[in-house]
Amino acid sequence: MRFDTVIIGGGLAGLICGIHLSKRGQRCAIISSGQSALHFSSGSLDLLGTLPNSEEVESPVQALTALAEQAPNHPYARFDAERFVTLANKGAELLREAGIDVIGSAEKNHYRLTPTGAMKPTWLTFGGYVHSASPEELEWKSVALFNAEGFLDFYPQFLADEMRRKGTKCNVHTFNLPELEILRQNPTEMRSANIARIFDNEATLNELANQIASRIGDEQAVLLPAFMGINSQGNLKYLMHKLNRPVAVVATLPPSVPGLQVQTLLRRYFQELGGTYMLGDTAQGYQATQDKISALYTRNHGDIALKADNYVLATGSFFSGGLVATNTEVYEPLFKVDVCYDSEREKWYDRDLFQAQGYEEFGIATTPTFNAQRAGQPIENLYAVGAALAGFNAVKQGCGAGVSILTAIEVAEQILSKM
Amino acid sequence: MMTEHSEFNFEQCIKCTVCTVYCPVAAVNPLFPGPKQAGPDGERLRLKDKGFFDESLKMCLNCKRCEVACPSNVRIGDIIQAARIKHSRKGPGLRERLLANTDFIGSMATPFAPLVNMTVGLKPVKMVMDKVVGIDHHRTFPRYAFGTFEGWLKRKRKKQSKFARQISYFHGCYVNYNNPQLGKDFVKVMNALGIGVQLLEKEKCCGVPLISNGLIDKARRQGEHNTALLRQSIIENNRPVVGTSTTCTFTLRDEYPHLLSIDNADIRDKIDLATRYIYRILESGEVQLHFKKNAPQRRVAYHTACHMEKLGWAYYSIALLKMIPSVELTILDSQCCGIAGTYGFKKENYPTAQAIGDTLFRKIEASGCDVVSTDCETCKWQIEMSTSKPVVHPISLLAEALE
Repeated sequence: MRFDTVIIGGGLAGLICGIHLSKRGQRCAIISSGQSALHFSSGSLDLLGTLPNSEEVESPVQALTALAEQAPNHPYARFDAERFVTLANKGAELLREAGIDVIGSAEKNHYRLTPTGAMKPTWLTFGGYVHSASPEELEWKSVALFNAEGFLDFYPQFLADEMRRKGTKCNVHTFNLPELEILRQNPTEMRSANIARIFDNEATLNELANQIASRIGDEQAVLLPAFMGINSQGNLKYLMHKLNRPVAVVATLPPSVPGLQVQTLLRRYFQELGGTYMLGDTAQGYQATQDKISALYTRNHGDIALKADNYVLATGSFFSGGLVATNTEVYEPLFKVDVCYDSEREKWYDRDLFQAQGYEEFGIATTPTFNAQRAGQPIENLYAVGAALAGFNAVKQGCGAGVSILTAIEVAEQILSKM
Repeated sequence: MMTEHSEFNFEQCIKCTVCTVYCPVAAVNPLFPGPKQAGPDGERLRLKDKGFFDESLKMCLNCKRCEVACPSNVRIGDIIQAARIKHSRKGPGLRERLLANTDFIGSMATPFAPLVNMTVGLKPVKMVMDKVVGIDHHRTFPRYAFGTFEGWLKRKRKKQSKFARQISYFHGCYVNYNNPQLGKDFVKVMNALGIGVQLLEKEKCCGVPLISNGLIDKARRQGEHNTALLRQSIIENNRPVVGTSTTCTFTLRDEYPHLLSIDNADIRDKIDLATRYIYRILESGEVQLHFKKNAPQRRVAYHTACHMEKLGWAYYSIALLKMIPSVELTILDSQCCGIAGTYGFKKENYPTAQAIGDTLFRKIEASGCDVVSTDCETCKWQIEMSTSKPVVHPISLLAEALE
């Protein structure tokens, strides 16, 4: 099989990289070992929320200099402010082209509401989610929060308490529908994605609208868990129209319905652009000639190699198997490229769970152009992007999605510049 | 207390529930516990006490889409099927035996094909099958051919052995008894590539309907028989084995070792699917296919069958279809059509099967295609019974386009 670029990993970074390359006429293949971390999405994409010294970030672009000083190995430290903004805007543009409605900018963070009611700084939020310009208050002074009866992956009372602290009165309700009665026959599997499907049916959505209408008073807005349909678009608009006020959603525990919709839209856009997406396959071996990768072998394709001019590792971190940790070392399992990690094992983690964990910053060591390397020698046509990279703590710094998107576009442009 | 050992990697499950999101049954039938609970969660409990086995596991289609979606490479589908094999107390009845013994029924039916086809198509017969046997009356059995594919190819033996390069063809029950034309088309394409086609010594059904209908001992016996034939062809005669059916091919390669404990590691890589085998030859550049000029354009929509998705080989069928100058190709989103072999024929499964396939049927109708193409025979039955479009195997489309 012959491609221009083969990308290993089909999550946010791999798809953005593949989309950018395909738009410029490259023939790309993405190999994905199962579904991606987008299925655990919060409903927002973070760019940079907190500096390593714990200072909260208002403007990611303005915090860039301080970040580079405090974390010189951070992937962002390779970008100047102009490049940073260009890449971020390009990322938002690609998402919108794929049909994903996002709001926000790299110049100024806004705030997303977490499932437990906290406000966290973020970059882009998917359409329909509760968000606010300020961490201190919501847009509304009173809201009605509706949860599905028996849905356990959502905590209305936490949300109501936290909102009250921010000066918003929150009345909590539960709703019931005949379709939910059916789902409840299997209470442990009453998950967001299964509930979301019932709202693909317009009659069910209409019944929900009627129930809410009969129970709300003069609250300024209606809030619901983020499970308002899987294949249907515009359900929130329909409810807003019927209820004559803003209707917004709050993230649930996984699986994330908007996350899986984003995954589907990105994959579809990539395929429409001519890309080949191979799900459920795992890269297992390769051939190299001198300092270049010449062929890749996967579990499903066996002896039929995937050949390309360039290869991109978008394999993610420990969870997805992009990095593997043993008791003594951390390694990248496919190409055995150089990985940055601390040789003293005590520094891998902190016993206080809520502190920054050392292992979070472990990852693939790359050149300034994101080429992977072996024994310090760059591999000319092998790049690494996203969560597999070293030098950042996605959880503490709130920068995981941003690193994935910005490095994916940067690498795509590196590849295109060689043509 | 001794805890039993599981041969499966259920401990790799981190309970992320992604499998349940992509389970076609869980999406339409809440009575099915879903792959996570039926698979790795349940396995942990069943090891402690087999009383935790639940007959609802038979609602699993064995489509393996949970395994394709799993980020942790857990063999969820295998866990569920193995649990059914190990623990199910409900033995197969008349219906299960009727549906599972495709080989025996086929060999009885083909000599009397016109009579059999007419009889099973009669409304009163369908009602009896529905009420007495439990085979849904909406279903039409695939027509039997008058004369088997094996009989036809045996008559061509001389011509086929003249080719320098040889393969063995695992035709499966469907080609042999119902659609010999697909086998003939396969022979035409292989001959055009300079390859002769041989039968295996005495092929038996791959066993997939036996496995899904609980006739495990028989499935294992047939699996062992077939594996011996495959070994003879691949190792002794140096002839790779090629199949046109995704499910047969998948079963010979993966279900034998995973579910029937038949070791085939020495020959697995030489058991191939027709479109992949042909792709490999064409990619090497040693042979080229010559297509008819000015053949009428056909709009084709390709449907990826579940076991094709699991094999990960849709790429090859799509690549071959794209080579045909007269084909205008649309690729349908990969999803289950709902029939899953004999599953959708059972009365109690009919509504689930149709609900699963519903969005696919709509997309097919909306696609504006002339024909649907897929590598799976039971998807063909389901799509033909549920849409207005005919379904043709990629190999038949290829054969038709050749000069």
